[in-house]
Parts: sequence; structure tokens; C-alpha cells
Amino acid sequence: MSRAKKSKGVMVFIEFRRDHIRRGSIQLIGEGRRIADILGVKLSGALLGHGVKKYAKEAIQYGLDKVHLVEHPILASYAASPYSKVMVELVEKYKPEIMLLAATKNGRELGGRFYVHLQTGLAADCTAFRVSKGKNLVMIRPAFGGKSLAHIMCKKTRPQMATARPNVFTEPERDPKRKGRIIKENVKLGPEDVDAKMVQFIAHMEDEATRLADADVIVAGGHGIRKADTFGTLQELADVLGGTVGGSRKVVDLRWLSKDRQVGQTGKTVRPNVYVAIGISGAVQHLAGMQESEKIVAINNDPEAEIFKIADFGIVGDLFEIVPEMIRQIKERRPAKEPT
Amino acid sequence: MDRFDVIVIGAGPAGSSAAYSLAKEGFSVLLIERGKFPGSKNVFGGRIYTYPLKRLFPEDWREAPIERYVVQENISMLSGDTAVTVQYDSLRTGSSRVNSFTAIRLKFDKWLAKRAGEVGAMVITGTRVDDLLVSNGTVFGVRAGGDEVKANVIIAADGVASIFAQKAGIRPELIPKEISVGVKETIKLTKKRIEDRFNVGEKEGVANAYIGQVTNFLRGGGFLYTNKDSVSLGVVVQSEDLSSHRTEIQELMERFKLHPSIQKYIEGGKVVEYSAHMIPELGTRMIPRPYANGFLAVGDAAGFVLSHGYTYRGVDLAILSGMAAAETVKAARAVNDYSAGSLSRYLHDLRSHGVLSELEEFGRTPSFLGNPRIYSAYPQLLCGILNRMYTVDGGKKEKMFHIAKEEMKGKISLMQLMKDLLGGTRSM
Amino acid sequence: MPESSELRMVVCIKQVPKAEQLKIDPVKKTLVREGVESEINPSDLHALEMALQLKDKHGGSLLALSMGPPRFIQALETAIGMGADEGILLSDRALGGSDTLPTSHALSKAVEHLGDFDIIFCGEETTDSSTGHVGPGMAANLDLPQLTYVVEVEVRDGHVRAKRAVEDGFEVWETTLPLVITVNHGCNHPREPTLLGKIKARTIGIIDDVNADDVGLDKEKIGLSGSPTVVDKIETVELPDRSGRIYSGEAREAVTKLLDDLEAEGII
Ligand SMILES: Cc1cc2nc3c(=O)[nH]c(=O)nc-3n(C[C@H](O)[C@H](O)[C@H](O)COP(=O)(O)OP(=O)(O)OC[C@H]3O[C@@H](n4cnc5c(N)ncnc54)[C@H](O)[C@@H]3O)c2cc1C
Ligand SMILES: Cc1cc2nc3c(=O)[nH]c(=O)nc-3n(C[C@H](O)[C@H](O)[C@H](O)COP(=O)(O)OP(=O)(O)OC[C@H]3O[C@@H](n4cnc5c(N)ncnc54)[C@H](O)[C@@H]3O)c2cc1C
Ligand SMILES: Nc1ncnc2c1ncn2[C@@H]1O[C@H](COP(=O)(O)O)[C@@H](O)[C@H]1O
Repeated sequence: MSRAKKSKGVMVFIEFRRDHIRRGSIQLIGEGRRIADILGVKLSGALLGHGVKKYAKEAIQYGLDKVHLVEHPILASYAASPYSKVMVELVEKYKPEIMLLAATKNGRELGGRFYVHLQTGLAADCTAFRVSKGKNLVMIRPAFGGKSLAHIMCKKTRPQMATARPNVFTEPERDPKRKGRIIKENVKLGPEDVDAKMVQFIAHMEDEATRLADADVIVAGGHGIRKADTFGTLQELADVLGGTVGGSRKVVDLRWLSKDRQVGQTGKTVRPNVYVAIGISGAVQHLAGMQESEKIVAINNDPEAEIFKIADFGIVGDLFEIVPEMIRQIKERRPAKEPT
Repeated sequence: MDRFDVIVIGAGPAGSSAAYSLAKEGFSVLLIERGKFPGSKNVFGGRIYTYPLKRLFPEDWREAPIERYVVQENISMLSGDTAVTVQYDSLRTGSSRVNSFTAIRLKFDKWLAKRAGEVGAMVITGTRVDDLLVSNGTVFGVRAGGDEVKANVIIAADGVASIFAQKAGIRPELIPKEISVGVKETIKLTKKRIEDRFNVGEKEGVANAYIGQVTNFLRGGGFLYTNKDSVSLGVVVQSEDLSSHRTEIQELMERFKLHPSIQKYIEGGKVVEYSAHMIPELGTRMIPRPYANGFLAVGDAAGFVLSHGYTYRGVDLAILSGMAAAETVKAARAVNDYSAGSLSRYLHDLRSHGVLSELEEFGRTPSFLGNPRIYSAYPQLLCGILNRMYTVDGGKKEKMFHIAKEEMKGKISLMQLMKDLLGGTRSM
Repeated sequence: MPESSELRMVVCIKQVPKAEQLKIDPVKKTLVREGVESEINPSDLHALEMALQLKDKHGGSLLALSMGPPRFIQALETAIGMGADEGILLSDRALGGSDTLPTSHALSKAVEHLGDFDIIFCGEETTDSSTGHVGPGMAANLDLPQLTYVVEVEVRDGHVRAKRAVEDGFEVWETTLPLVITVNHGCNHPREPTLLGKIKARTIGIIDDVNADDVGLDKEKIGLSGSPTVVDKIETVELPDRSGRIYSGEAREAVTKLLDDLEAEGII
């Protein structure tokens, strides 16, 4: 799509999952609002689904001016092809100058498909946005595993598209009194638009009580712990430190730890007071998720491990000796308190 | 493709030279290296003698990754904080007769293997050969992982710890007496610092050898070579001596670095590489027949190294033996016979390439250099004498002979000194 | 195996600088490329492994496709070493500076040029551009179904059943051949290249290269001119200074010192 003068407004794809709008989308409404206000344009949402009008209202309360609501049985749950087709139609019809999606797995695969039909630029996994003097969107994203930030611009074509990393932008307040327009869109979808079907969903269990994002202390285990059982010892250390347990992607891939406890580029971004990395090598993708922790403690038997380069404190040695010793000495220092 | 004319195991200087020489003659050659790239695992002091390279690449040997041409040699005997140094200024760079140069194995081995690749050898890296394929006493291929590849001749160039020379039954296991252990550090300095500190020009460098205190007076020595913007510093000690004196080579290295005559060179430098390695000291006696049916051993794998307190030579002999092996295989192809009988002309080829004669000439040296006094009594003696001669403290100056006699007291007899000196000149 | 069950597959792979070694020049703010080793993009190894497992089971053929400068041949050699049948390098100066839009366009064109395929595999994302856009982009260009972040796949009579990893669990999807699959990093153990595989990779004719004209690319649609996005600038991230007090040696002593530090910081 060439740079049409008519392009106007900011559009956000509203992604819902099971019974809620996803956090990443809500956060993006807040950021979209900020950008739209700078540009002095309207903020709209694209909501695709079936029987999802309630989300349209909710999205408006978070800050949208209007919602394009596309309802169809085929859209009842997310699927790349029909969603992509509808998004292309919406964008071509309303010509937003900016189109944003949350960088969830679905957001990334959807954006990665329909931007091709629009022949425009797409910046992935952005963590900040700015508006340039020329009123272009500066899409800022970590590059090279978070060691640098790339400022990406798309001047020639519209819309300027980006996916934005969840949990980076703050969630806007919900204003129950806020009003906006809900515009029902008609689309023609038929069985020929369905090329793949989800037949089963196997949910991870998520333990809200010990969410990584809220923890002051995280004790994280990596492949060096050798077996799932070692997380028992790590949990014990977390207990004496008053923290919770996390891990690298390798231990999650090995199913030693649940996915919601993965720290890193494709997991959670955390900023605890203390991050204790045990048997974690410190690959850039892991560092991307924890390098801004207040204090970092590393335990690894390889003195050359990357993790030591960003550690405040650390021990080069065998974790199987050191972790139990830490637990013992911490307990010694702090005589057992009465449980409260 | 699972059949080649020749398979070479190990892309060190020996293997790559053999592969290069054979591929150039139109042989199909498979060169297998376990390291991620040639040279990635190889250690050495840092000096290579030029003549074999000139023979292998008469036109363009200067394109080799040469760090600096050696224009000065020093031998220092260390004792306590003092040192006695004999300096020898060799030819300047301009001359084509430059005798040796310093190199970094990472670059040198890579380059050599690349040359082999350029003339058609297939260089495979990151693969460890696990075993030889042998049937009826004839080696006919190699096994790596689950894969088998066959060839008329297998050349073992797998270095000092060669398991293949042993597997082919031509070499017994090494015993400590026959091994030295070496450690080496590469210490980064700037180009300018090197040229200032060693008083050398742009492409010029020095080769220093140290004996005495450096090994705690055990058999062995230390070395220092200047590279472009780093120095290679190391210590080599007879492993038998090490274990009988319960000395740690790392500790010797640390102390060596603190010696004033070393410290002044490396001050402000940063250690960028550390490695440890074994060096065989077999001489020619140990592998009388470095060949078997369908099999040849070259370089360190065949024990072609000269190493004593102040010279370490292996790369030159490795290259020459690789070239010799290529000659042998060529002759074997002419008669289509790769049996041990046919390959036995390897000895002849080794001799004509100067490998055996070199080793034989120095054959006597190990016994001279095996003499512990070279490493202990004499450095102490010399330093002691010179120390007293040059110490000006207002006291009466004694005559040189008196000083010497007094220093020798209890350390060494005159007879011994004469004998050692004679033995030394005869074997060098 | 009956002929009909054989699969014709292609895996798109890229050679990338080793992530751990990436450095930003503090003055020029550009990527330091000198002395940085490169490797095959890690998640592409998982894609190769998934394809090879299908080939082991169903037979058929696997072609590795890469777009980039001649040194990307290394990635193709790895792929063939592991068991791919052929490698194709799409290489052309005109492709330099391509962002993901022209990259997926060019790769799609190359795939069309190379023949009919049942499955086109990509990795989850590359470590040097980390977008994950190329796979879905190819699906869009080729008008094929896409399944992304796949951890397991089964094929039977032209039907595909695949498990995909999402944030809150796994989804099982069904579709039909042909399709594009992007493979989740870490879902399998990529096999090592074998000696015979490596020898094969060096055999003339196994790795071929094609240029923009060969696959019918319009030069306007590729390279810098075909890329809608531009990198305006690169900013280095200033991370907090770390004190870097690292202890070693005897466990008990080291732990005591560490805990003293943590106590001094008020952490315990
Ligand atoms: C697209 C993509 C996305 C990714 N996203 C993420 C992500 O979000 N999060 C993430 O973590 N990774 C991610 N990765 C993976 C990342 O590249 C690394 O593979 C991973 O972080 C390594 O995990 P690890 O440190 O646990 O394992 P390893 O790298 O195997 O390290 C294990 C460490 O344990 C040490 N060790 C072993 N034994 C002991 C012992 N007895 N005592 C002490 N130490 C010991 C070893 O020295 C080593 O340093 C991603 C990769 C890609 C390609
Ligand atoms: C401390 C020290 C200092 C030295 N200083 C000097 C010096 O200054 N000058 C000098 O000329 N010489 C020196 N030498 C000796 C010199 O390093 C050797 O003589 C020389 O490297 C021998 O070459 P090579 O090709 O026979 O063996 P190597 O260089 O050891 O090469 C053997 C190759 O085989 C590979 N390999 C081994 N096993 C396998 C397998 N199973 N499968 C596949 N590949 C395999 C290895 O990775 C290696 O690349 C020194 C040695 C030491 C230890
Ligand atoms: N230049 C390329 N050549 C071949 N495949 C590529 C190339 N770039 C990306 N890919 C494929 O697309 C996937 C996602 O890459 P990216 O969108 O760059 O993160 C990679 O894992 C590869 O499978």
C-alpha cells in the first residue's frame, strides 16, 4: 500500500483469549492512546470474534474512541488465515496510519501474515514508540539480545505496523463512564477461508500466588541443575530468601518447569530485587529477561560463563555443593522464625 | 562418496602438508580434523623454521600468517633474581635466508589446511575419527560416528597423543620418561610496546630460551617468542622430573612470569590464551617403523620432535614428514601396492627430506640434555660467578678463577665440568 | 513405504552471528562483525530435525534453502551433513539490505521456482533479527496454511496434525498439505552432522546457487528499495554497573563470603 495522504488514525488489534482481553492488548490501548493524542487522531480497535461485543465495550473503557467489531462464527476462535483476511479488509477500508498488535505468539504470526498483503513494514516486538518530527512513528525494539535498541521507521508505506512486547507498557485505567462507537463490520467468510482448525487445547497451570512478575526474589535454575528434582532444592533456597522459582528456556523445554516460569526474551521479563541464576549460562535471550534486576547473583561451575559478566555477586563452583550450603548458612544466620 | 585414495587424520602441520602434497598430485584426499577448525586445539611455543615451508610453497611461502621474523636469539640461564644471557643476532628481515619466524597456530594451521583445500583435498572439520578399519592386518579405512570411509592409505597425523599409531601397532604407549609437559600463555601487548621493549623493527622479533630457575632447575626450560602484538610465553618440563619433585607446572609458570627478566617484557600485558600440552621426546629409536599395511604416521604421531631445554622443533619436522609421506604414497600408487613392504620406502623418503638425519644428528643431544646439571648446577654456577664479578661493594675484587672455584665448591667437580662440556660440543 | 506418503520438504535456514559474541561498537554504534563466529540459526536446527524425522518416517526429500551472501553456504553444509538432500543458496547483490518483507517474497519465489513442496519449514525466529515474520510471510505469499511455534507434527494421508506451543499451553491443530510450519526453538534434539553427510555436502552439485533473475525476482521488490522499514539508528543499552564480586574455591568459605556481601547489601 503506498503512502496515501488519506491514512489517518491509530488502530489496535484487540486480542482476546478464552474469557478475557489479553493484557498485552490492554496495555497497547494505553500506548495507542498516547500516540494518537500526540498525533491528534482517533484511536480505534479491531475486534474479531463471535459474541464478543462485551469486549468492545471494555476496550473502549480502556481508552479507544471506536471499535470495528467483526463477528462471524468462523472467527469464534483465532485462526491465522481468516483473521488475516479480515484484517486486510479493515485496514484497506479505514486506512489507519498506524496498526499495532500485541507481540503474543498469535499477534506475531497474524501480523507476520497480513502485513504481506498490505505490502507495508512491520517492526517486531517493540518496547517503546516515539513520534518523529516528521510525524512518523519511531518503533523501538531490542536488537541483538537486548544489547542495543534499534529505532525502526517506515516512511514509504502505510500503515506503519508494529507488534509490541507484552508487559512493557503500563495498563491504562479502566473508565466505566467512557463512551465510544462500536461499528459493526460485515465480512464475507466461507468454509474456503478456513484452512486449519484447532482441535484441542492443553492448558498450563498457572500459579497466580507466586507470579514471577511480582516476586522480590527469584531463584532461577538452568540446564546445569541436571534434573527436574533439583528444583526442590532451589525452591528451598527461594523459601529461605522469601522468593519464588523461575528458570531458563532450556529447563522449560525439558518440561522441568512450567512455561509461565520461563525468564527471557520469549518468556517473562522480570525486575526483582535479587535474581539468583543457578546453572544458567547467560545466553543473550535469557539476559534479555532479567538483566535489569536490581542485584544479580550467579552460581556456575564455568568461570567463563556469560552470566558472570552481568553478576553483582557470584560463586564459581558446583551448584550441588553450593546451594545446599547456602541454605544451611542462611538458616544459621537467621534462627528459625515462628511461622506467622 | 565413501572411498578416497588417501585419508589423513588430523589437520595439524603434518596432516595438512601431506594432504596438500597429495592433492596437488591428483590424489583424492580426505583430511579429517576434530577441532571446529584446524588449529583450534593446537598448542606450540611459537617459532617455525622456514626451510620446510620454502620447500612446500617455493613461490609464496611468505603468504603464510607470519607474525615476526626471528632476528635475535637469546639463551638465558636464570638463577634467583639474576640471569646470564647469551645473545645471537641472526639475519635481518631483508635477507631471503631468514631462518625462522614466529606464528600463531590458530592462524597458521588454518592457512595450511586452506592451502590443502585449494588444491582439492576435502577438508572436514568438527569430526573426530574414532577408529581405524582393519582387516587381516591391513588398515583400509576410518570410522567416525556410525560412518565408515575407506582409502588405500590412511595417514595418522593426530599429534603427540596419537591413538592411531598405537592402534596400527607401530607405537607403544608413551611413558612419562618420554614426555615433557608444556604450558603456554599468550600475553597481549601492543605492537609498539613489543618493538620498544625488544628493540626490534616492524616485522622483526626475538626468540628467547630460558633454563635454570625457570624450571626450578628441573630438566626443561622456558621460552618467549614475540608475535605481532603479543608474546608467547611458556614452560616445558620433563614429566618424570615434575612428578618426582611434586612440582606443579602452573606454579612454575606463575613464578617464571614474576622473574625480573620476564616481568619487564610482559608488564601491562593481558593473558588472552592459556593452554597445556604434552610433547613426546622419543627420538628416532622409539618408532623404528612408522608405517604398516595401508598406514603411515607423520609428525608428532610418529614422534618426530626435537625438544630440549632451549629448542622446540616439531612443526618443521611435521611438514617435512608430511611431504615425505606424500612421496611414499606416490611411489606406492605407481606399483599399486600399499602393503607395509611397499610403504617401507617411507624411511628412505624421510631421510631424503632430512627428517631422519635431523633426528639422528640430535639423537645424542637428549643424553647430553638429559643431564640434570645443565638445568641446575650450571645456571647457578654461571650466575653466581658473574654476580660476584660484577658486584661492586668496595670489597677486594678476586680473580675470576678463584670465584669460579669457590662457586663450584660442593656443586660440581672440575672433572664433571670438563666431561659435560666435551659431551655437549660433541652432540650439538 | 508407499510412494504416495513420501514428503517433499524444504527448510529455510539462515547463517547468523553467534548471539553470545555480538558486540556493539561503543563509538560507531554499529554491530562489530570482525572476529565474530557465525552459526546456523539455532531454531533452524530444530526445524531441520523435525523435517528429518518426517523424512526418516515417510521417506521423500528435503531441500535446504538459504538466502544470503556466499558464506551462508556453511549453513547449507550443516543441513546436508545432518541429512538434507540438497542445498540451494539464493544469492544476489540486489538482495542486500532486505527486511522481512522482501526476504519472505524472495524465499517464496525461490520455493515456487524449485518445485512443488508439501511442507515448507522455518525456524521460530532468527537470533539476529528476531522477528519470526519470514515464515508467516511466506505462507501469505504462497497462499498456504501456516502453523507456527510447532513442537510436534504428524502427517497421514495428506492430513497434518501438529502441536503448537503458546503462552498458556499447547494447542493441537489440524490442516492439510501443503503448508508452512515454523518450528519452536528447543522442541527436539537436532542431530549432529555425520562424516558421510559432511562429505556429501562437499560433493559437487549438492549445493547449488541461484540468483534473483533465476527465480524471477523483480529488483524493485527486493533489497533496500523493496524494504519498507529502515533502521534509523541503533542505541546501545546502558546497563547498571555490576560490582562483579565472584568467589571461588572451597564451597563453605565462598558461600560465607557471598552471604556476607548479601547481608551488607541488606538482601538477607
Ligand atoms: C528464538 C530464541 C528464543 C529464546 N528465548 C529464551 C528465553 O526466553 N529464555 C531463556 O532462558 N532462553 C531462551 N533461549 C535459549 C537460549 O539461547 C539458551 O539456549 C538458554 O537460555 C540456555 O539455558 P541454560 O542457561 O539453562 O542452559 P546452558 O546454556 O546449557 O547452561 C547451563 C549452565 O550450567 C552450568 N553448570 C553445569 N553443571 C553445573 C554445576 N554442577 N554447577 C554449577 N553450574 C553448572 C554450565 O556451566 C552452564 O553455564 C532462546 C533461544 C532462541 C533461539
Ligand atoms: C609447549 C610447546 C611448545 C612447542 N614449541 C614449538 C616451537 O616453538 N616450534 C616448533 O616447531 N614446534 C614446537 N612444538 C612442537 C609442535 O607443536 C609439534 O611438533 C607440531 O604441532 C606437530 O604437528 P602435527 O601436525 O604432527 O600434530 P598436531 O599439531 O598436534 O596436530 C594434530 C591434529 O590432529 C587432530 N586430531 C587428533 N586426534 C584426532 C582424531 N581422532 N580425529 C581427527 N582429528 C584428530 C588434532 O585436533 C590436531 O589438529 C611445541 C610443543 C609444545 C607442547
Ligand atoms: N535469509 C534467510 N534465508 C533463509 N531462511 C530465512 C532467512 N531469514 C529468515 N529465514 C527463515 O525464517 C525464520 C524466521 O526468521 P526471522 O523472521 O528473520 O526471525 C528463520 O528461522 C528461517 O527459517
